[in-house]
Amino acid sequence: MIEKALQGDRRYWTWLLILGAVIAAGTGFYLKQFHTGLTITGLSRDVSWGFYIAQFTFLVGVAASAVMLVLPYYLHNYKAFGKITILGEFVAIAAVIMCVTFIFVDLGQPFRMLNIFLHPSPSSLMFWDTIALGGYMCLNVLISYITLKAESKTLPPPKWIKPIILISIPWAISIHTVTAFLYSGLVARPFWMTAVLAPRFLASAFASGPSLLILLCLILKRFASFDVGREALRKLAEIVTYAMTVNVFFILMEFFTTFYSGIPEHAEHFDYLIHGLEGKHGLTLWMWISWIIAAATLVLLINPGTRRSEKILPWTALLVVVSIWIDKGMGMVVTGFVPTPLGHITEYFPTLPELMISLAIYGMGMFIVTIFYKVALSVRSAVAR
Amino acid sequence: MSDFTRRDFVKAASVSLTILALKPAANLLALESLPELSPLMAKRWALAIDLRKCLEEKNCVKCIEMCHFVHNVPHFAKPKDEVKWIWKESFEAAFAEQDHPFLSADVKVSHPLVMCNHCANPPCVKVCPTQATWKREPDGVVMMDWHRCIGCRYCIAACPYGSRSFNWRDPKPFIKKLQPDFPSRMRGVVEKCNFCEERLAKGQLPACVEACEAKAMVFGDIEDADSDIRCLLQTRFSLRRKPSLGTQPYIYYLV
Repeated sequence: MIEKALQGDRRYWTWLLILGAVIAAGTGFYLKQFHTGLTITGLSRDVSWGFYIAQFTFLVGVAASAVMLVLPYYLHNYKAFGKITILGEFVAIAAVIMCVTFIFVDLGQPFRMLNIFLHPSPSSLMFWDTIALGGYMCLNVLISYITLKAESKTLPPPKWIKPIILISIPWAISIHTVTAFLYSGLVARPFWMTAVLAPRFLASAFASGPSLLILLCLILKRFASFDVGREALRKLAEIVTYAMTVNVFFILMEFFTTFYSGIPEHAEHFDYLIHGLEGKHGLTLWMWISWIIAAATLVLLINPGTRRSEKILPWTALLVVVSIWIDKGMGMVVTGFVPTPLGHITEYFPTLPELMISLAIYGMGMFIVTIFYKVALSVRSAVAR
Repeated sequence: MSDFTRRDFVKAASVSLTILALKPAANLLALESLPELSPLMAKRWALAIDLRKCLEEKNCVKCIEMCHFVHNVPHFAKPKDEVKWIWKESFEAAFAEQDHPFLSADVKVSHPLVMCNHCANPPCVKVCPTQATWKREPDGVVMMDWHRCIGCRYCIAACPYGSRSFNWRDPKPFIKKLQPDFPSRMRGVVEKCNFCEERLAKGQLPACVEACEAKAMVFGDIEDADSDIRCLLQTRFSLRRKPSLGTQPYIYYLV
């Protein structure tokens, strides 16, 4: 099965070569970071988590969003997702691998990473997140391998895999819940300490993940002549619509609670996002872009005409991903540190090495998705013949 | 191998045995020449800082310098890389909840010393995924193992007092004068005030307390009803930083 990844046309190999170059460049920057320390990032004593941890958070959401395919297909026997469920699972696997890599590059002493297992600490949410992500990874590897193997033999998947698939549904919810708990249980950071953080994470994940999948499906249609079917795409767009609406609703809830109560230590973080503090407003423009795009996508999604148009849908999906990526991949983590618990305003901007290392990790994820999709589509076309 | 006769073996063995026998004697001599104080012990260590006394010497930084010297705390010119165990903050920054526009002038201008609060419920300890930081029982010192820390900086995110620093780069070239009695750190680990646990073990008071000529810092066993710190807290009004968070800090500020 895996050998299918080694047979491809020129376009396939060129694409992998480009990704390989991106990975190689990022690895070079990582070696520099490994040698000199995290000082080459934009992180500081005041803003001690930044781009890496934010990408980790965003990607946990992408990983969890596979459940939006698994649940309708396996629990409700929704046949239109038959072709794409495995594609969602593959994205989940790649996303978890990227998550772990982002944590790895963020560590000051990465070679001591195994201390998490040598000295297990159940009071730390990081311990539980490791278990949740590791378990989710294993579940998805097992499920996608077994179901694809059965498909290659034109057999139905074995019965014993069904309960494992069902376990993967709440497990997917758990990975993003636990990731939200990493933040929402900290008394030091009022910006994160909100009960709506986990629900909001899930809503934004279920909007951005399926949007990403819509884009992947359209890319496959264009470059790999693999059509997932109109119904599947329309259903994905509906899922995105509900999730994005709930996501925006949750953001507005945050605004209400914060500004109506007016507790300064909560409001200051939002003030920093909305108009900056003490003349420092590095994230303001970005956040406004994110919010305006979010509002625009709601119009495009809720209006049936624009949602069903195959011309407009890719743009809507792209906008949803961009809006949520800015919110989670830039605003969410950094703003927890601005202002600091002592009220100081220190801004953070990622540096070139930081961005290149991050790009390489995304490149690695795309590399993995490409290979996995190649295998899946080759199996499918062999079966069709 | 055949050259090594029984006679050689006896010779070698007797020399080794003599060395072994002499070693305790040598240790005894060393001990006699350097009398060690017995370790200071407490049910619960705490520190009181007299803001008024501290203000008398407004620009004094002796405690900070002493602490950073004995603990090999590096000095970085760039604030981005900064590592610090004890430092001065504005009253507004240290006590945001107590600050208001009509606060008495002497309090307003005071620059409280801030450091690790050695909380009874330390949030940093709760979040550490490797137990590289823990609360020592029974005396409550929040400790750190720099060899176990993986540098995830979760504790920095969790500390509501900003007391923890990370070694963004190798600190050794930035240590002004290396103090051989205390370890220096490597890059990629977190560090903070350790309540001078290494000095307490040798019967010495914390370096900052000893360095303070104004005697603005009083260190002692808060569970001991007769201790100086207990008497002080009985007679003077005191504050703790962010008491509403439930962390139960053990650094008290006398106003």
